[in-house]
Amino acid sequence: MEDKKITSALGSGGKSTNDFVKDIICKYFGNSILENLGDAAYLDINGELSFSTDSFVVEPEFFPGGDIGKLAVYGTCNDLSVSGAKPKFLSFSLIVPEGYKFSDTEKIVASAGAAAEEAGVQIVCGDTKVISASGLKSPLVNTAGIGVLKKKLNDYGKIKTGDKIILTSDIARHGMCIISKREGLNIDSEIESDCADLNPLFEVSGYKGIKFARDATRGGVAAVLNEISDKTGLGFLVDEDEIPMREDVKYLCEFLGFDPLSVANEGAALLIVESALSSKILDKIKSVKVGADAALIGEVCSENKVMLKTPIGGIRNVEMPVGELLPRIC
Amino acid sequence: MKLITDFRNSEISRRLIKKIEEESSSESGYTIMEVCGTHTVSIFKYGIRSVLPENVSLISGPGCPVCVTSQGEIDAIFQIVKNNNVSLLTFGDLMKVPGSSGENLINLRSEGKDIRVMLSPLDAVKTAAREPDREFVFVGIGFETTAPAIASAVLEAKNMGLNNFSILPYCKTMPEVLGYLLDDPKLDINGFLCPGHVSVVTGKNIYQPLAQKGKAAVITGFEPLDILSSILQIIRQVNSGDYCVYNNYSRVVSDNGNRKAVQIMDTVFEPCSAVWRGLGELEDSGLGLKEEFSLFNSLEKFNVRVPQVSEKKGCRCGDVLKGHIKPNLCPLFSLQCNPENPVGPCMVSSEGACSAYYKFN
Repeated sequence: MEDKKITSALGSGGKSTNDFVKDIICKYFGNSILENLGDAAYLDINGELSFSTDSFVVEPEFFPGGDIGKLAVYGTCNDLSVSGAKPKFLSFSLIVPEGYKFSDTEKIVASAGAAAEEAGVQIVCGDTKVISASGLKSPLVNTAGIGVLKKKLNDYGKIKTGDKIILTSDIARHGMCIISKREGLNIDSEIESDCADLNPLFEVSGYKGIKFARDATRGGVAAVLNEISDKTGLGFLVDEDEIPMREDVKYLCEFLGFDPLSVANEGAALLIVESALSSKILDKIKSVKVGADAALIGEVCSENKVMLKTPIGGIRNVEMPVGELLPRIC
Repeated sequence: MKLITDFRNSEISRRLIKKIEEESSSESGYTIMEVCGTHTVSIFKYGIRSVLPENVSLISGPGCPVCVTSQGEIDAIFQIVKNNNVSLLTFGDLMKVPGSSGENLINLRSEGKDIRVMLSPLDAVKTAAREPDREFVFVGIGFETTAPAIASAVLEAKNMGLNNFSILPYCKTMPEVLGYLLDDPKLDINGFLCPGHVSVVTGKNIYQPLAQKGKAAVITGFEPLDILSSILQIIRQVNSGDYCVYNNYSRVVSDNGNRKAVQIMDTVFEPCSAVWRGLGELEDSGLGLKEEFSLFNSLEKFNVRVPQVSEKKGCRCGDVLKGHIKPNLCPLFSLQCNPENPVGPCMVSSEGACSAYYKFN
C-alpha cells in the first residue's frame, strides 16, 4: 500500500487536523488532561515549579538509539531534572514539511509517547503545523515542560574549591552516532545515541550532597565546564583517564579529528558534589541503568580555567568549543 | 584498537620522559620542529610540552595543508562559488577559513550556496555521479598524504566519463618546503619530527637532505609514545653528532613508501610552482593537473586565475610556519585573530599551529 504523505490540510485546523489529533496524538499521548482538547491544559500541581522549553532539529530524524520524538521528550525532561525538578507535564509541538511520510510522522509521535511513559510525564498540550517542503526535509519539534522542584541545582554560588565532579555516563555517543549516520560512514560497530531520561539518577541519589548539575548536550563536557568556570571564577582539573568513553566512539572521534569533550551527549550529566559524599553518591548513581558507567572525573580548583591531565601526565587547557564541529582533512 | 591504547601507556611515558631528562644534557638545548599539523595537535592534546625539560623546545612547522594554502588560492574558491552555479565540495577544515573580504564558506552556505563537507575525494566523485544535473567543484588541498586519493578521484571521474566534476588543484609537496627551511639562515633547529602520514606515501628518502645538513630527522607517528620516543631519538642524534633519517613509525611507514600511491599521483599530477601562505612562491612545490586531465581543472573550466593577494597587515603566519616565532608572538594572536574571527587559516584549521596554541595552551 502506498504510504500517505503529509499535506497542508493536516495543519489547516479542519477535519484532517482533528483526525490526526484523535487518531495519532491521543493514541500515543493519551491522558485525561490532553483528551479534553481545550485551548489550554488544566493542571493541578503542589509546590514550587520549574519550567523549561527546547526545540529539536536533528538530521537524520531517525538514528540508532532514538529519533527526534524521543529526543524532544527526554531533552526537556532532562533540562528539568538537572535543574533539580521532577518532570510532570510536557507540551509537544510538531512542525512537519509538506510531503513528509505520514507513517514516519506517526513513528515520531509514537516514540515520544513511549518516552513520556517511561519518564513518567504526561504530554498535556501541543500543536501541529505543516509548512512548505522547501528547505525542510524532516520534522521539527518543540517541547516545553513543567516539573516539581526538589532541590535547586542551578546555584553557581554553592560550588567550592575541592568539590568533586561526577560524569554520569560515557561521553560523545550522541554526536558521533548522528555524524556517522549522516555521513553514511561504514564503521564496524553501530554507535547508538545515549538519548535517555536522567531523572532516575536524581531519584536514586535523593539529591543529598549534589550541589550543581547540568546535562552535557551541545558543546559537550567542555562547554559545561567552561560555562561553570566562567560564572564562578573557579576552575576544574579533570583526569582524562577517568572519563568514561566507548572505544569505538573514541576512535571515530580521533579519525574525524573531533575532541570528544566537545561532542554532544543526550544522556550524560555533570554533577558537582560535596567531596566527602562523592563516593557514596557515585555508588548510588551507578546502581541505576542510566548511571551504570558514571565516574568521578576530577575536582573544582581555584585556578580559573578548565585543565585536563592527560594519560602521560601532561596538563592542557580545555577551551570552550567554537562553532560547528567539522571533520579534518587527514 | 589495543594497538593504539598501548601507545598511550602512562608507565612507559613516564620512563621515556625520565630518559629525555637524563639525556638532554646539551647546554645549548634542543630545538625540534614538528613539521606536521597532526603532530602539533597531538603535542598539545597530550600536554607533551608540559612534561619536557626546559631545554627541549618544540616548535611548529609548515605541515598543515590548509594553513599553507595561499590567500589567492582561497579567494579563487570564493570567486568560483559566487560567480557560478556550482556546488562546492570540500574537506571540513576549510569551512571557517576566511577569504580576503573576511567571509567564509559557512557564511556563503547560509546565503544559499550549496557547500558540502566531504570525508574523502572519492565521496566527492560519487556525489557528482549521483547528481548529474549539477556542477561540482572539489577543493583538492593536501600534501602527499591526500594527493593520491585526489588523483584517484580524478581518474575515477575520467573513467566514469563525468563532465560535471572538477577539482581545484591545490596540493603541495614536502621536499621543496623542507629545502626552503634548510636554506633559511634564521633556522635554528636541531632536529625534525618528520610527518608520519606523508612518509607512508613517500618513504624516508625525502628527508635525507636534513641529515646531510646536520639535522636529526625522525619519522614519527601520532601517539604520545611515538612522539616522546622520537624526541629521545633526536636528542641522541644531536648528542652523538651522528645524524640520520630514522624511521620510528615502521609499524606503518615502509622505508620505500607506497609505490602504488606515488604512481597514481604521478599519473594525474605533475610538479608546478606553488605559492605558500607566508612563504611565497616555491618552484616545483605544487601538484598541477597534467594536460590530459585539464577538463577536470576547475580553474580552467571556470576561467579563473588565482589572484596574487597578500596576507592581512600584521599577520605573521609566515613566521609561524617557518618556526621563527611561536603563535602567541604574532601581534594579531587572540586579539584580532581568534577562532571566532580568524585572520588566517592557521587559527581555524583543525591542524593549525595558532588554533592548537589558542585552544590548548
